[in-house]
Amino acid sequence: MLWCDMEASLNLLNLGLGRMVITKFCSERIAKYAFEYAYLNNRKKVTAVHKANIMKLADGLFLESCREVAKKYPGITYNEIIVDNCCMQLVAKPEQFDVMVTPNLYGNLVANTAAGIAGGTGVMPGGNVGADHAVFEQGASAGNVGKDSIVRKNKANPVALLLSSAMMLRHLQFPSFADRLETAVKRVISEGKCRTKDLGGQSTTQEVVDAVIAKLE
Amino acid sequence: MSRRSLTLLKNLARNSNASCIQTRSVTYMPRPGDGSPRAVTLIPGDGIGPLVTNAVEQVMEAMHAPIYFEKYDVQGEMSRVPAEVMESIRKNKVCLKGGLKTPVGGGVSSLNVQLRKELDLFASLVNCFNLPGLPTRHENVDIVVIRENTEGEYAGLEHEVVPGVVESLKVITKFCSERIAKYAFEYAYLNNRKKVTAVHKANIMKLADGLFLESCREVAKKYPGITYNEIIVDNCCMQLVAKPEQFDVMVTPNLYGNLVANTAAGIAGGTGVMPGGNVGADHAVFEQGASAGNVGKDSIVRKNKANPVALLLSSAMMLRHLQFPSFADRLETAVKKVISEGKCRTKDLGGQSTTQEVVDAVIAKLE
Repeated sequence: MLWCDMEASLNLLNLGLGRMVITKFCSERIAKYAFEYAYLNNRKKVTAVHKANIMKLADGLFLESCREVAKKYPGITYNEIIVDNCCMQLVAKPEQFDVMVTPNLYGNLVANTAAGIAGGTGVMPGGNVGADHAVFEQGASAGNVGKDSIVRKNKANPVALLLSSAMMLRHLQFPSFADRLETAVKRVISEGKCRTKDLGGQSTTQEVVDAVIAKLE
Repeated sequence: MSRRSLTLLKNLARNSNASCIQTRSVTYMPRPGDGSPRAVTLIPGDGIGPLVTNAVEQVMEAMHAPIYFEKYDVQGEMSRVPAEVMESIRKNKVCLKGGLKTPVGGGVSSLNVQLRKELDLFASLVNCFNLPGLPTRHENVDIVVIRENTEGEYAGLEHEVVPGVVESLKVITKFCSERIAKYAFEYAYLNNRKKVTAVHKANIMKLADGLFLESCREVAKKYPGITYNEIIVDNCCMQLVAKPEQFDVMVTPNLYGNLVANTAAGIAGGTGVMPGGNVGADHAVFEQGASAGNVGKDSIVRKNKANPVALLLSSAMMLRHLQFPSFADRLETAVKKVISEGKCRTKDLGGQSTTQEVVDAVIAKLE
């Protein structure tokens, strides 16, 4: 999408060009993944995020693919939302959303917004998966590696990556370990005694880790 | 209010609180293509078998689970499991079956045992646990019995030495004992269990059960985080009925395993509710936990009053084996809710419902 490297800079004309590529192949497979995810995780609704009123061909193709896949899952509700309205709805009434499938750029923005309203990018888990491999990392803002001061004072929030590693354990088919890890992390958070700065506390990374280890069964 | 009801109420309250905490469903990041439907061989079997397997079929439909059944008719009186059924199980790798009635005496060997031997399903697993809302004499029971499934007293090597004298051979091999011990410890490790108890009678059968124990001890050394102990089978039976909370995972040779599993199932609520299955390196056959050969009385079959809970919970284990954890969780939650409410129970649990009523209640409780 907007991150393909087919950019040209025509210095003479003071012009920068970016090309957005949407293919049926990729749209179809992401839509299939989204609906399959919803089916396997007992989710009720999939919302496609787009700007097809403006980018009629590109996002139009994306929407077409989503609609085709939606027909194969009659048990799952499917709807569409334009990305600007989506951002507004996210901050006003986020409970209406369940699974959201988006092209590349909108997905980055929607994911970061959703992470922010639900507690911050320091706690949301996520990952990247393909047909043969999977890479787990903290859910949103993979490129944001924090301020120097956080690194120096060792005050980074490990929760996001801990929860992502729980997802990884589940992906590797070790559900019991994944459950133990998630339970321990959730208990530490719910107790509220050990929190890093982004969650309003004063703890260091190591203190959070020790608390999680103490809560492991 | 009597002291017993107070304890029961406290348990119910504790369990419902525990279920409140788990509001978010497990996030399982599937590989692309994980949702494609899987084929499972289905053997309805004899007696109550067709009733309870039909219950599973209905619930799977209602959940739109990504599995489809290939049904085959097998009766316990057949001399062998038909070749096409074995083909199907070998292809699908997973099978769900009702009980197959084994004729007493005569020349026909048990088809249940035949299936396990041919597919080398060397581990039989029964999970006996208290269900919330089903009060029994003992609480906090959560025992998993892992039983060697292919040799021991079930080797089937019997002969008449002279008229009136019959010899039956019990065969214990290092190979089979080692692999069942490895499976038991691996199961404990992967399921966060703390203790493995080996059940034996090595004071009498010093060589046979002694070999079994040696293998267990060797494997135990590789799992320092798991407590290992041994118990003689007669004391074990007594302990089971007196203080079952002391047991966690139990690993046993073939015959003791059958008896221990049925006893544990009985104290935790009955063979009508305990799930289980048989697993080998390449295949898995799921059936109700204990008493696979017990296909119920004719009267239960006629009145359609068989308890489908055991097979429903076993099919949830099967869904988890097929890597559909979300469907497994939904099914288990629905079944446990139905049991804890107590309105829909078959005769063995003290109620009057028919199989179909229980199935409808479970389907109604599916999320």
